[in-house]
Amino acid sequence: MPDDKPSLEQLACPAPLPAQEKVLLGHGSGGRLSAELLQKIFLPAFQNPALNSLNDQAQLTVDGVRLAFTTDSFVVKPLFFPGGDIGSLAVNGTINDLAMGGAEPLYLSVAFILEEGLPLETLQRVVASLSQAAQDAGVIIVTGDTKVVEKGKGDGLFINTSGIGRVLPGINLSADQARPGDAIILSGTIGDHGITILSQREGLEFESPIVSDCAALHTLTAAMLEASPAIRCMRDPTRGGLSSALNEIAAQSRVGMELEESSIPVQEAVRGACELLGLDPLYVANEGKLVAIVDPLHADKILAAMRAHPLGKNARIIGKVTQANSGLVMMRTSFGTTRIVDMLSGDQLPRIC
Amino acid sequence: MKYIDEYRDAALARPLIAGIAKRVTRPWVLMEICGGQTHTLMRYGIDEVLPAQVELVHGPGCPVCVTPLEVIDKALAIASLPDVTLVSYGDMLRVPGSHTDLFHVKAGGGDVRVAYSPMESLKIARAHPDRKVVFLGIGFETTAPANAMAVWQAAREGLKNFSMLTSQVLVPPALRLLLESPQHRVQGFIAPGHVCTVMGMEEYEALCRDFQVPIVVGGFEPVDLLEAISMLVAQLEDGRAEVENQYGRSVAREGNLPAQKIMASVFEVCDRKWRGIGTIPRSGLRLREVYAAFDAEKVFDVSAQSADEPAECISALVLQGLKKPPDCPAFGVRCTPASPLGAPMVSSEGACAAYHQYRRHSA
Repeated sequence: MPDDKPSLEQLACPAPLPAQEKVLLGHGSGGRLSAELLQKIFLPAFQNPALNSLNDQAQLTVDGVRLAFTTDSFVVKPLFFPGGDIGSLAVNGTINDLAMGGAEPLYLSVAFILEEGLPLETLQRVVASLSQAAQDAGVIIVTGDTKVVEKGKGDGLFINTSGIGRVLPGINLSADQARPGDAIILSGTIGDHGITILSQREGLEFESPIVSDCAALHTLTAAMLEASPAIRCMRDPTRGGLSSALNEIAAQSRVGMELEESSIPVQEAVRGACELLGLDPLYVANEGKLVAIVDPLHADKILAAMRAHPLGKNARIIGKVTQANSGLVMMRTSFGTTRIVDMLSGDQLPRIC
Repeated sequence: MKYIDEYRDAALARPLIAGIAKRVTRPWVLMEICGGQTHTLMRYGIDEVLPAQVELVHGPGCPVCVTPLEVIDKALAIASLPDVTLVSYGDMLRVPGSHTDLFHVKAGGGDVRVAYSPMESLKIARAHPDRKVVFLGIGFETTAPANAMAVWQAAREGLKNFSMLTSQVLVPPALRLLLESPQHRVQGFIAPGHVCTVMGMEEYEALCRDFQVPIVVGGFEPVDLLEAISMLVAQLEDGRAEVENQYGRSVAREGNLPAQKIMASVFEVCDRKWRGIGTIPRSGLRLREVYAAFDAEKVFDVSAQSADEPAECISALVLQGLKKPPDCPAFGVRCTPASPLGAPMVSSEGACAAYHQYRRHSA
């Protein structure tokens, strides 16, 4: 040690920051900070049984008819990206939130927040895409709203969509229903959307172009439920990625999970981009994938139905629900060891070197 | 992915693990120096598959962890100025200074941006001549050439609105200090492959000679690390102390000469304080006097008041390989990645964060 040998007190580290007093970008990341907002601010203020179930959609019974209701806001930049744009994303994202509850999507609302100075041509392109996506998915846009904010107060344009769907009798999906022994099925490769967006922002190009997986999943979920109703819950792993979706289910169902690292499909180009950017695909957003927790006895049947659908052709069982390690998602590595797949606090931060 | 997949192949790892088990006859303490190596060891559970006689302790090679509090506080003060755009590598944003962090400065209206390369900050400076653009130039010998290049390029272009807050650190002086400490337990080192890619192996040959300690320059994938461990165990069991290169696909003995040249032309060696360790003589780099116009410490008159650091955090011991993260009573209880007590819990390369992220179930 140097001559002016410091005491242990001088060597120790800084005090933690006081409780978060401001909204940070990380509060929107879908990780632990987002969960904190929910637990500390929103749930205490609004709590009711439909909200407290914390699913992607609220399930409501009106005059004996079961409805699913959800809302989502879209703030993606760039507005247009390979495989989609903010318009198709706003339709598909809300459809997927309904579909994860086993609902058939019916009607959407669309609200725009436009920044002063946005070229009308841009708005027209987004609206055309939005309309096409709704038509393709068989949902109808029945109401909307437009607000304009001063230049510099918005990022071109933001969209909010809300959606209503119908839940058929006998279907009851919820994130608190996973049971030990259940199989965990993933519908395809992970990380495609998030890496597409990031590589656009960073100006990265790859030998094989990466395209967002942006897609409406309701026909896939319908095919799965037709194959077997023994599905406990489904999630579309959007922001926060597969890791956040599974951690949420594990926490709500009070179970553990064990994933098999080698069984999680990641496209070669996405893996390469993640290496380059210092990111882990488990935490990268998807916009056209789902993860389902299913009765193990029905897993093969459900998997076969998924693989027969174009959006599920790469589906596979990636692990199982366990009694042990309640609330934790574990990963079996190819080395035969186990590690935790943690939920991130905020956004994934690229490493220095 | 070529050059990655084969180094993550469990089939290639198995004979290495078996070889280590066969070769080892008594306990050995090895240190991996770089935080990236610690991360891989934890992620793949390499320490779980090694024979019990091989103990791995974690070194000081996390650039975020060792950046002194005063530098973070200065960065925070500069980033809070209204006409400044502060550009940083991503994982510095969450590191707490005495009172706040860069995320909070950003939320309070500060212009803080993340970049993958310091050259991006030059682009910002060119595009916004009305803003003072400051790059937070921290890191080991790995980031130094690119940081040096940014300053060199700014000088060449005559950019008036770019500067760098520099806190570069060097690995070999820290190892020397560690080896001189009477408390140290380390019997062999895995040297940081990317630092050696830049600097070459000669500095490590000097350490090996002076302290008769085996050093293997190692890569960052699980098979790399197992091979490096196997080479170290073989040296120790044979009673040899040599510098060997496991990471030959990246490291040449003389290193990257153009990178060394740009570093030497822009930076000069100085004493540097390491968070958790203290001041180490000649262990850092600062901008040479001819680049004073690009030195953010000189451009901005900031004298940040740094708070005392609390006693509970044992990062000093963790960074020197004297304790492991789970030995800390605050680990996972009062100190988590969401509210870190110390820097090793902040950076993904920090030993505490690596244990917390991958291992707290068994801690």
